[in-house]
Amino acid sequence: MAVYNKVETREAPLGSKGILRWLRENLFSSPLNSAMTVLGIAILLWIIPPFIKWSIIDANFAGHTRADCTGDGACWVFVKAKLSMFMYGFYPEADRWRVNLAYALFFVVIAAFKLLKKSGIKILIATLYFIVAFILIRGGYFGLDVIDTNKWGGLMLTIVISAVGIVGSFPIGILFAFGRASKLPIIKSVSVTYIEFIRGVPLITILFMSSVILPLFFPEGVTFDKLLRALIGITFFQAAYIAEIIRGGMQAIPSGQYEAADAVGLSYWQKMLLVILPQALKVAIPNLVGSFIALFQDTTLVLIIGLFDLLAMVQLTGSDSHWLGFETEGYVFVTIIFWVFCYSMSVYSKSLEKRFNTNLK
Amino acid sequence: MFALLRDRKVRGILFQLLTVIGLVAFLWYIGTNTVHNIEQRGIQTGFGFLNGTAGFAINDTPIAYNETYTHGRVFLVGLLNTLIISFVVIILSSLLGLIIGVLRLSNNWLIAKLSSAYIDLFRNIPILLQILFWYNVVLATLPSPRKSIEFFGSIFINNRGFYVPKPALNSTTISMIVAVFLAIIIIFFLNRWSNKRHENTGEEFPVLLTGIGLIIGLPIIAYFIGGADMNPSYPVLKGFNFRGGKTFYPEFLALAFALTIYTATFIAEAVRSGIEAVSKGQKEAAASIGLSGYQALKLVVLPQAIRIAIPPTINQYLNIVKNSSLATAIGYPELVTVFAGTSLNQVGQAIEIISMTMLVYLVVSLAVSALLNWINFKMKIKER
Repeated sequence: MAVYNKVETREAPLGSKGILRWLRENLFSSPLNSAMTVLGIAILLWIIPPFIKWSIIDANFAGHTRADCTGDGACWVFVKAKLSMFMYGFYPEADRWRVNLAYALFFVVIAAFKLLKKSGIKILIATLYFIVAFILIRGGYFGLDVIDTNKWGGLMLTIVISAVGIVGSFPIGILFAFGRASKLPIIKSVSVTYIEFIRGVPLITILFMSSVILPLFFPEGVTFDKLLRALIGITFFQAAYIAEIIRGGMQAIPSGQYEAADAVGLSYWQKMLLVILPQALKVAIPNLVGSFIALFQDTTLVLIIGLFDLLAMVQLTGSDSHWLGFETEGYVFVTIIFWVFCYSMSVYSKSLEKRFNTNLK
Repeated sequence: MFALLRDRKVRGILFQLLTVIGLVAFLWYIGTNTVHNIEQRGIQTGFGFLNGTAGFAINDTPIAYNETYTHGRVFLVGLLNTLIISFVVIILSSLLGLIIGVLRLSNNWLIAKLSSAYIDLFRNIPILLQILFWYNVVLATLPSPRKSIEFFGSIFINNRGFYVPKPALNSTTISMIVAVFLAIIIIFFLNRWSNKRHENTGEEFPVLLTGIGLIIGLPIIAYFIGGADMNPSYPVLKGFNFRGGKTFYPEFLALAFALTIYTATFIAEAVRSGIEAVSKGQKEAAASIGLSGYQALKLVVLPQAIRIAIPPTINQYLNIVKNSSLATAIGYPELVTVFAGTSLNQVGQAIEIISMTMLVYLVVSLAVSALLNWINFKMKIKER
């Protein structure tokens, strides 16, 4: 009778499991790979420790004046002292609650959007919000002092420009997208010309045009303030890009949808607004968010025509004679703000893309 | 009457008629206002100003220019600088974007994460902010000319720019330039010949290696044939600044660095999506018919990946040309800075100057879309 000895299973060889295996497979699978890993670590060591040393270890956080900047590293006291400039520009301190209230109301509106179902009410609320926010920030009604637009600045101005650009360009963009998809030759050629013209020139030339040429277009006495001119330029610029994105979405709609809408007897506008647009928007949403990120970044260009947005504040505060030599801190601070806004929008657009992807493929 | 209005065709014509009337009325309105305003303000009209003396200096000019030249010449200088910066950035960002895009898909975890961190970091910072950061922070904190960072005693880096030796335009340099073009032409025909031979006999010819050899080897041979003397002018510190050699000004460098780093993120994404779009089955099929890794890449993956990656990449090239106009924030003398900026301030003829500037960008963008259409047509998968 054979005797069977039970052989204990051996431990897996070192390096074929756990963290070692992961390291070997992902970092050191070949000589070339190992070399690249070393290079990657070298790059990280070259960038990160000096940056942490500058921004945290050697940096000054406490204090309020220039005299508190004693370390070799960054002096965040500068950002602290100028924070209100970065956030509100020259907006009077006593009235800043109005801007903050407008911000707060925005979140209330978002919350309301989550709860409400009917799009008609949503549009009404959004419109109301814009009127209320405008009255709050600019004033002139209900006993609120008028705050001239040349006092607006910093992050608040950046947000105002992006918000107006996004909201204003949307309906115009939709109209031009319809125009470009239209079968009527004149409507189509006007739309194509507009879209291709705008997309062919840089935003800065549009801004120059709206700030230098636009006043010539209207009779004497009609004056636009600087901000309004920039807003007009940015809105019409953005509209062309929105139009192209929505047209892309419309091309993804099968022609059966158009035919079905015609067959049940819908008029052109009913067909476009009730059947085609909702589907096209759904397809286009990731690209729309992408173009809003681009718009948010493009708002920085208004500094070239003399508005004081968030980026312009760096140059302005950096040239304060009490605080010379702290531009770097300003740039880093503003970079972080822009990056957080843009990155969170792009993460959002990726999650939307995933959510909408399911029923398309 | 109302029955007629319900006819789709009639309504279409009516609607278009209304649009035309509205458009013409609008144009007429702004046209008359503009003419009135221009008269009122005493602004001159017409393109006569192009022959007027500019009277301002430009520090970085590819062609001869000084204060006595005309605004027409300023336009030309600006246009050339726009084209130069665009060309340089297109080359650099393509290389960087290609490298980052490929590394992003590397099976080395660290490298892949670093590449995607690079992309996420730089594409989410406004380009104008990056340009200003390079110009006002990085390049401005370089040492002064007297304390320049020095390489080989002939390359100097300081806060006034990068100074490198500049080869003289003599027989050596000219023959080397000719050799480069010659190499490109030879490689082109070599490639065609090898493709044909491959189709007929199945034999492979190492085009890539031969090509690299040619493009390096021919200029070296030409260097000795042409007299082996480039006779370069070296930058020398005289007084407070360097003279001689070729200077890359901080404005140019800041713009080139920022645009390259920013645009490379988009090109990298195009490259990545192109490679990812090639289905796994294609790679497996290539392996199963016995193609080597390099052959599979060259014959199966890349031709399909390029088809997807090229259109967005060319769009980025167009964006580079348009974004080069941001130079006006730091004063690199390209079209918008010198022509739509300085010339406009002097002459005051906004309509003519801005129209000319816009026209330049429009021509470039129309040319690029034509190119894109042609490429799309060429690359369309020919289904049988």
